[in-house]
Amino acid sequence: MKTLWNRTFAWIDERVQLSDVMSFLGKKSVPVHRHSVWYYFGGVSLFLFIIQVVTGILLLLYYKGSEELAFESIQFIMAKVEFGWLIRSIHSWAANLFILSAFIHMFSVLFEKAYRKPRELTWLSGMILLFLGMGFGFSGYLLPWNEVSFFATKVGTDIAGVLPVVGEPLMVFLRGGEDVTGATLSRFFGFHVAVLPGIFTVMLGLHLLLVQRQGMSKPLSYEQLPATDQKTMPFFPNFMLRDLLLWLLVLNLLAILAVFFPWELGVKADPFAPAPAGIKPEWYFMFMFQTLKYIPGELWFLEGEVVGILLFSLAGLVWMFIPLWDKKSARGEENRFINYLGLFALIYIIVLTTIGWFS
Amino acid sequence: MEHPMVDQPQQSKRDFLRYFLGGGVLAWLGAVFYPVFAYLKPPKQGDVEVTSVKAGKLSEIEKESGTIVRFGNKPVIMVRTAEGEVHAFSATCTHLDCTVQFRKDMGVIWCACHNGKYDLNGRVVSGPPPRPLDEYRVIIQADDVIISSRT
Repeated sequence: MKTLWNRTFAWIDERVQLSDVMSFLGKKSVPVHRHSVWYYFGGVSLFLFIIQVVTGILLLLYYKGSEELAFESIQFIMAKVEFGWLIRSIHSWAANLFILSAFIHMFSVLFEKAYRKPRELTWLSGMILLFLGMGFGFSGYLLPWNEVSFFATKVGTDIAGVLPVVGEPLMVFLRGGEDVTGATLSRFFGFHVAVLPGIFTVMLGLHLLLVQRQGMSKPLSYEQLPATDQKTMPFFPNFMLRDLLLWLLVLNLLAILAVFFPWELGVKADPFAPAPAGIKPEWYFMFMFQTLKYIPGELWFLEGEVVGILLFSLAGLVWMFIPLWDKKSARGEENRFINYLGLFALIYIIVLTTIGWFS
Repeated sequence: MEHPMVDQPQQSKRDFLRYFLGGGVLAWLGAVFYPVFAYLKPPKQGDVEVTSVKAGKLSEIEKESGTIVRFGNKPVIMVRTAEGEVHAFSATCTHLDCTVQFRKDMGVIWCACHNGKYDLNGRVVSGPPPRPLDEYRVIIQADDVIISSRT
């Protein structure tokens, strides 16, 4: 067995210089300090994304993306296909855990200032991945074609439509027409299983490549320690085994959630039925949605919603380009302003999400 | 003295080539991407234009009730007041597009999405809707209730 393995390795190595990769992996190390635990969330997000790809492909074998058949095909998956209920439930739960894990990853990177030079592009690609992830969530939400998702999509796309100049064409582009219909379902299905995965994979490749090229970021306090006090751990196998153990724990958590709290399918969407009470977006859009409720209908000469959306877009841009304007962290100095900003954003999101959830 | 004489035509030749090739590249990009963008824009569906629908018999519509009626591919809400008047409005909330419903307990037309309320004349009573519901014309012919668009 050993010789077969060695011979295979030697065969490949002779052709593609595999030993270079092995020596790179051997030298790779992870800084050890009291914030090391946050290093795991990027990996957890990656793991959950892989789960999404696998369960998504499985669902694709039975799902039918049309107004007449979408809801029924998911009923079929849940009732007739063996373990269909499990696959679908895992897909829904993992989607939510993925966004949660990506949010934790983003905030930990922010508080550690891990985005500072030379890792600006890693942060930027990560932000794009998070936006794409939310796009996955928004488009996937409609696919079961149930009452709640139908009206949530109406509201969501209508909000996009209030933007000045680009709003109307953007809304028509998203909906595939003036209204949310089967045409919207076809589009969202296409975005969800083809457009977004394609872009996401390229971005993810870039993100991971940057992490490999530059190695793990070190917190400022750690970097200032004398070289002899900078403890590290080999990536291979020490960190990787810990990573894998955590992935296993996440998989268990996912299985528990999917089995004991199965994802409901609800009632089929009927464009001629009144909207049911309690239409809410997914929790990760809730803080924005809840904010819009507090903005008065008219502000100065603009519609309240327009003001809200413009403010969120602006805040998003400022957030996305933090590495470019935070010169202090780039110079290796402590920047408390970022901590306050991060804390404010975190508390704002948690408070408004909670209010929205229970209202 | 000879230099500028030789340089001049070369420069303009170079400019000509630059604009020619640059323009060519732009035209090529336009030719490639225009069809793609045009394809993304959904075509106007050739719907059968509905101008009126028969919504039911007046004698069968209870007072203080409301129902949603299909008007082509649009939902229309028909309400009958306590006094027996029949009104019809677009059932699409003017706030964010949800479909409204009649609430007998509140005596209003209500939108569940954001708690928007309209009175039975379609006017905003409370909540976020920015303007009244679009009204449809109701014609009573013998016992038939006919809803027709205003135009």
